[in-house]
Amino acid sequence: MNFQDVIFYSFSVILITSALGVITVRNPVYSALLLVLAFITCAGLWLLLEAEFLAITLVLVYVGAVMVLFLFVVMMLDINLDRLREGFWKWFPFGALVALIMVGEMSMVLMGKYFGSEEMPTPTPHDVDYSNTRELGRLIYTEYVYAFELAAVLLLVAMVAAIALTLRHREDKKSPNPSKQVQVKKEERLRIVAIPSEKKE
Amino acid sequence: MENIQQQFVQLFGTELGSMLFSLTTNLALIFAIVIPLLLGVAYLTFAERKVIAYMQIRVGPNRVTFFGIPWLRGWGQPIADAVKALMKEIVIPTGANKFLFILAPILTIMPALAAWAVIPFSPELVLADINAGLLYILAMTSMGIYGIIIAGWASNSKYAFLGAMRSAAQVVSYELAMGFALVCVLMMSQSLNLGDIVNGQQGDSFLNWYLIPLFPMFLVYLISGIAETNRAPFDVAEGESEIVAGFHVDYSGMAFTVFFLAEYSNMILVAALTSIMFLGGWLPPLDIVPFTLIPGFIWLLLKIAFVLFFFLWFRATFPRYRYDQIMRLGWKVFIPITLVWIVLLGLIMQLPESVRNLPLLNIWF
Repeated sequence: MNFQDVIFYSFSVILITSALGVITVRNPVYSALLLVLAFITCAGLWLLLEAEFLAITLVLVYVGAVMVLFLFVVMMLDINLDRLREGFWKWFPFGALVALIMVGEMSMVLMGKYFGSEEMPTPTPHDVDYSNTRELGRLIYTEYVYAFELAAVLLLVAMVAAIALTLRHREDKKSPNPSKQVQVKKEERLRIVAIPSEKKE
Repeated sequence: MENIQQQFVQLFGTELGSMLFSLTTNLALIFAIVIPLLLGVAYLTFAERKVIAYMQIRVGPNRVTFFGIPWLRGWGQPIADAVKALMKEIVIPTGANKFLFILAPILTIMPALAAWAVIPFSPELVLADINAGLLYILAMTSMGIYGIIIAGWASNSKYAFLGAMRSAAQVVSYELAMGFALVCVLMMSQSLNLGDIVNGQQGDSFLNWYLIPLFPMFLVYLISGIAETNRAPFDVAEGESEIVAGFHVDYSGMAFTVFFLAEYSNMILVAALTSIMFLGGWLPPLDIVPFTLIPGFIWLLLKIAFVLFFFLWFRATFPRYRYDQIMRLGWKVFIPITLVWIVLLGLIMQLPESVRNLPLLNIWF
């Protein structure tokens, strides 16, 4: 067993345990933090595949931004576990069915002819000056440009919809306008009055 | 070096020996970066107190000295502070989540130190010369926020929690502006490798540094860097007058010091990145004899010290921003500016050859 295998197996063990922890741990803050750990070990596994751009982007986007906001929300909510567990057995058959379908789909893909150690051999190491980022950029903006643009538009639509759903215009609300406040001049706020003294000395 | 490697191979066998050899050399290199960095942090606190003191017409720390030498008065202060912090008890408040309370300072200092792995100190002097260096730095600095959030939550205190919430929102919003400013740098240099970015600024004088063509981005990056490190005037996460000391109000002793170390090493990191990406890194300001004799390493240190002085200067002179104004500056001012600048830069880079060589336009190439 060489060094890469050691890294691979230890990362895989950490990844699977932390992923299991996400759904079994009782404290929601712990489970969010375990999800962060899962993302980071997953990025480590991608680094082994020489996909350094994807690995670092995973950490940058999911760990650095998405999970921060997740944690933000989870910490502010007072989650009552007993109420969450109320309908567990009622919904269990439905959940089990969905899980079974997902397992079936995944096995169909993974056991199909496109995957497996023959079709997906260990990648041959590239030269030192090979840039994963440049290759990825070239592919995205030439061969897969339509798919890429479509995904971008979809995300934009989702973002606009989310903002539109939560935006409420209220007439009775007063809010300060910072750009106006910043540009205030001394003359607008301050009136210097010359008051003549009452007694001349 | 070769001899030591052979000895390792003889002692532990071929495979294990070479593995252990690379492990030890890397560990030695890591220590060679981290120990000067921590000393730099200690003396940055001293410099901060002195600079602010002189700006406020005081003297600053002027007592603790080494071996009673009179002209070193004050220079022993950071060491004395470190010893004091080591001796103090770490109090864990009742009701705090003990595990996360201890984990939080570790999570803060770890990315702050790990980001230094890709910083090039001179053309040869870099621990990890990786292709995606710039992205790695962004990823590492964005992880530092976890320590703050967890500290705020695990302390089980309202002040700490408010500080953590403020800090999380602030860091996430300024990261975007920072990232977009860096996109401009990588468009100019055509590379994510920090060494290549410095090499792209090579030329006769400082006019070739990215400071000149990307001046607005330099300002955006510097200000976002100050906001990212939660420094004054953006230090609402600590806000002594409003929420006591923010996320680290319940920390004491060494645990508190670790937060401090992380904040100051992040400051030095932002200063180092500003020097590398906008001020030409290890390159001398003029490519003529008296300047080229000084090694590149010294130039980089001088530039870092110069940028750090700005941090201290801002802290001494600006009042604290109001929270909604911080958010406005990040989202409504910086992000539009950077987005417009990216498009503009792209257009300029696509100009035909004849137009590019016109006097004022050629600074972009």
